[in-house]
Amino acid sequence: MSGGEKIAVRVTEKTPLNDLVTRFRFEAVDGRPLPTFSGGAHTVVEMKDGDRNRLNPYSLMSDPFDRGSYTISVRRDDAGRGGSKFLHSAVDVGDEITISYPVNLFSLDLRARKHLMLAGGIGITPFLAQIKQLDRSHGHWELHYSVRTESLGSYVAELTAEHPNDVHVYYDDRGQRIDLDALLRGQPLGTHVYVCGPKGMIDWVHRTAEARGWPAEAVHSEEFLAPEPGKAFTVELTQAGKTVEVGETESLLEALERVGEDPPYLCRGGACGQCETAVVSADGTILHRDHWLTEEEKAAGAKIMPCVSRFEGTSLVLDR
Amino acid sequence: MTIQFRDETFRDDYTFRNSRWAIERFPFPFHEDSFMYSVNMEQHRGGPAGSVYEKRFDVDEHYVSEMRDRALVLAEDPLRCQSLPHMTLAGWDLLELIMVAKSEDYPDLFQLHRDGDRWRWVNRPLGIDDTFTFLDDTTLPHGPMEYITRQTQGDFCVLDQRDDNLWMDAGMVTTQADWSLDFDLGMNFFEWHAPVPKAHEMGIFQRALKFLLNIQQGAPARRLNWTMTVNPLLDTSPENYHRWGIQKTTLTPENIGRKQHLRVELQTFFRLPRSNALVFPIRCYLCSFEDLTTVSKWGRRLHRVVRDLPVELATYKGFVDNRPMMLDYLSQFDDGLPTSPGIWPDLETEPPLRMG
Repeated sequence: MSGGEKIAVRVTEKTPLNDLVTRFRFEAVDGRPLPTFSGGAHTVVEMKDGDRNRLNPYSLMSDPFDRGSYTISVRRDDAGRGGSKFLHSAVDVGDEITISYPVNLFSLDLRARKHLMLAGGIGITPFLAQIKQLDRSHGHWELHYSVRTESLGSYVAELTAEHPNDVHVYYDDRGQRIDLDALLRGQPLGTHVYVCGPKGMIDWVHRTAEARGWPAEAVHSEEFLAPEPGKAFTVELTQAGKTVEVGETESLLEALERVGEDPPYLCRGGACGQCETAVVSADGTILHRDHWLTEEEKAAGAKIMPCVSRFEGTSLVLDR
Repeated sequence: MTIQFRDETFRDDYTFRNSRWAIERFPFPFHEDSFMYSVNMEQHRGGPAGSVYEKRFDVDEHYVSEMRDRALVLAEDPLRCQSLPHMTLAGWDLLELIMVAKSEDYPDLFQLHRDGDRWRWVNRPLGIDDTFTFLDDTTLPHGPMEYITRQTQGDFCVLDQRDDNLWMDAGMVTTQADWSLDFDLGMNFFEWHAPVPKAHEMGIFQRALKFLLNIQQGAPARRLNWTMTVNPLLDTSPENYHRWGIQKTTLTPENIGRKQHLRVELQTFFRLPRSNALVFPIRCYLCSFEDLTTVSKWGRRLHRVVRDLPVELATYKGFVDNRPMMLDYLSQFDDGLPTSPGIWPDLETEPPLRMG
């Protein structure tokens, strides 16, 4: 099974938090305990939207040691391809859906003397689980959380009430910014930095930490890319002997699955590398959008990540 | 079946023996008449009833005596079990994995009673009945990894996963094929595999690491590895090479059938849930040439594999000097007939040896 082990769950709570974010609680349909996980893990949620099978990754935000239920928080992306909108509008309490076993591509480095967490917007969710994990083991952490406005600050009230000394919130609309330079200068030896948020924020943290002499291994980030829509294109599969039309709002991976192919995946967001596919020939331009291939590999054009990358041109032939 | 635990030794007088049951379920590692490295991974989700693949952690007739041998090794050299400070959580993960698996797979031998974090563990074969608090190190007589691996056959490497690599940051290693945990502790995947010939050039380790980094919770994997050992020694460590290395010179045409053992490792891989570490159990099975060649297919094939193995591999596996004597012995069990594909003994279908 390409996406790993799966679990049938029922939606037992659907809680709107603000204009953009809704929280969902899942419990196992068979009533058995869910697998324990580690803070930072995500699950891939499968949604049956008519004929279309939507699969989106979401960070698990609940206590990793609580096997009774999982929770995720979903930010509605009105410009996206519709997965988050579908969850907001069409999935309700009582519905049964399928999720993957937890997968962690953003785990804590347990050697760290201190964990410095930097969150932007909905990027707060993996930290909620990591904080619960660290509190249980008396770990040393500090969170700096940047939100657009007070009303869009998901979980700000809970976090600041429970951890008044460790949580620092910054409001964009009040002109507040994380003073990253000062923050990085003041950290004890053995601190690890974690960032989850928009791409610009992640790049900014990596760049600034590198300029300040932080080792790359001490700076961790996670960004799942949502596949972007684009022009429709045609793909020829040599092993399967099939020709596939990829629609404007469909990813190449989804198109392959639609015609019965089963490429492996874990994240569906350009990060895990599982769906890497060899390009036999391409007459046109591969639009690489993943974090997995190196710049050299992208330039060489011999590989493509079907989960997020697309193609524009006359013919694309893949070894699949 | 009820397992009859043998009272035997893996040192000094070497009273270790395999029963007929153990011989026929031996994990013979050669699926064809030749051998070359490959990543050869498959899912670890059971296997034929009675085979060593059936359970998550196989328990066999050697269990009690193997655990006694482990205790002797640890008493002499405590550094065979080490865990860096950040690996304690992974140790609890491993303890839970083994206790849950063994109590489900062998309910007559092992029982686990859980009341929240208060756990009671009953190990009948070893006469253990302990109650402790899960995730509280002070409530066990050893660290969690050491506690459970003193009760589980096989070596255990607990690998931290970070920076797109695996790190040998904890382990219990007393039945190893000539490598040292104390030496490898803290090394990454490429560093600890540096001594292996040929495989680096073949890109084996790049592919293997990529596979291992992606092993997920609920989807364990396995593979076999093998070497040769003179006398049924579990502890063939570099630390004790001065004791066992010399024994390789004691082979004679008369005793080789009894003394020369094929040593097979059933290696499994499990993602650990709380720590996101990977545990790599390496279970050692020994079988003498004399016993192996009672299975006609295995006798034919073993001769061909040993004969055709590249000299670098025979050197690395430490038997190049004894290879001519091994071939003299094994050739009497190879009548040139073809062998059936796969590792299984095929006792019903393979023809008996035609003596020339």
